[in-house]
Amino acid sequence: MQYLLLIYDNEKNLTPKASGQAEMMAEYREFTDGIIKSGHMRGGNALQATSTATTVRVRDGKTLATDGPFAETKEQLGGYYLIEAENLDDAIKIAARIPSARKGSIEVRPVMVFTG
Amino acid sequence: MHTERIAEIFRAQRGSILATLIRLLGDIDAAEDALALAFEAALERWQHTGIPEHPRAWLIRAARNRGVDQIRHQAMRARRQDELQASLAQEGDEPASRDEEPVAVEDDRLRLIFTCCHPALAVEAQVALTLRTLGGLSTEEIARAFLVPAATMAQRLVRAKHKIRAANIPYHVPAEEDLPERLESAMSVVYLIFNEGYTATAGPTLLRADLASEAIRLARLLCEVLPRHAELHSLLALLLLQDSRRLARVNPAGDLVLLDEQDRRAWNREQIREGLARLDQALALGAHQAYTSQAAVAAIHARAPRPEDTDWAQIAALYARLRTSHDAPVIALNHAVSVAMSEGPAAGLRMLDEQAQEGTLASYHLFFSARAALLLRLGRRAEAAAAYREALRLVRNPAERRFLERKLRELSGAT
Repeated sequence: MQYLLLIYDNEKNLTPKASGQAEMMAEYREFTDGIIKSGHMRGGNALQATSTATTVRVRDGKTLATDGPFAETKEQLGGYYLIEAENLDDAIKIAARIPSARKGSIEVRPVMVFTG
Repeated sequence: MHTERIAEIFRAQRGSILATLIRLLGDIDAAEDALALAFEAALERWQHTGIPEHPRAWLIRAARNRGVDQIRHQAMRARRQDELQASLAQEGDEPASRDEEPVAVEDDRLRLIFTCCHPALAVEAQVALTLRTLGGLSTEEIARAFLVPAATMAQRLVRAKHKIRAANIPYHVPAEEDLPERLESAMSVVYLIFNEGYTATAGPTLLRADLASEAIRLARLLCEVLPRHAELHSLLALLLLQDSRRLARVNPAGDLVLLDEQDRRAWNREQIREGLARLDQALALGAHQAYTSQAAVAAIHARAPRPEDTDWAQIAALYARLRTSHDAPVIALNHAVSVAMSEGPAAGLRMLDEQAQEGTLASYHLFFSARAALLLRLGRRAEAAAAYREALRLVRNPAERRFLERKLRELSGAT
């Protein structure tokens, strides 16, 4: 069966300038290669920081998009989708169609793209 | 010398040129940098050649060339070949003459408004970005207007631009079906800017005229580019009618003067004339939402030659209607005050106390100040004094504080 492994860390530890960053990147590459080889890998991404997040809720048929990561105490992580979208507006429109958007919240976070 | 005229052109054209450059270069920072370089070049060149026949086209061409050079330079360094291709493609696509087309200009400014006022940005970021790009205010000016350190405001702008880039907030005008929602966002930013300029929440003076004027300018822009959207005309009407009272609202000492004590000869008749015309235009287009109700209230005040000529019953009805969709504390408060004026202080007080029970006004100084005024009219002086003291505990603006202190003094002095 499948599992989702959610990585929580202080964002300050994840910036390129944080100490030990280069070593950690190398360790991540090693880990990723390893689980690909062992057949466990189904998908994975680094995410951009919470400053790039948008939270989407649909209430009374109206889509409410607000700046910032999800931050309620009465709601817990229940699922995920990884999508391809043209831009944030498209991503928000798709997020708004997720049934849980009507009672809960959908956080829309851009995936990190590593260049070079 | 040319310099003043050149500066005038820069000031007038800055916002719209920046909007076009953001489209051409695909980035706010790149556009700002390119524009700054173009202004420098223009200032130097035009001293010798004179001001060109089409200064706007000259500036856009100059800025675009410098912007593309910058992107090419950066692309070379980062080896971002796809960016380089895109910028070269853009260079081919955009002959200078197209930039003069009125449609292109308005589209660009519209794009910029909707991008700056995107709901995915924090509201304070929307306000800052709008003032910076469309308003042309410097970071320091915006910081001073909102009473935060310049470094804080600079960070706010950096974060906003970063989010636009990182989350890929698109630089385009929303689709027709999304416009109403997105316009709400834009209108509330404009209204926020106006309110900050009209009744500063803190700071030594009650008013910051520049911000209010800037908000009016932005509201005009919205009406200009989206003339069929009725509520936009109501927003402009509201701002004009409120701003018409600006000079009468404070006395020479910088103290607050209430509506019923204002010298109505000091009201700006030209703004009232235009505001009323805009409201008529809005109503003819079918406007019926919150800004329309508020503009209608302002119009009633504007039309009353003396305070006693004010149709308070009509104002109360407008507030009652407004509350069915927007029951914000200040609106509920205004409703109670207008009921007091049309039905007597006891009725108004009853409504205020009902609102107090609902708990939304406990930290609002105007609630206690209104309560105090009504208690005073009912002869309940001790309770009035207590209410003024409660208001003083909560007030933040020094001009409003002085007003409340004066009221309390008058109360105590007469006993």
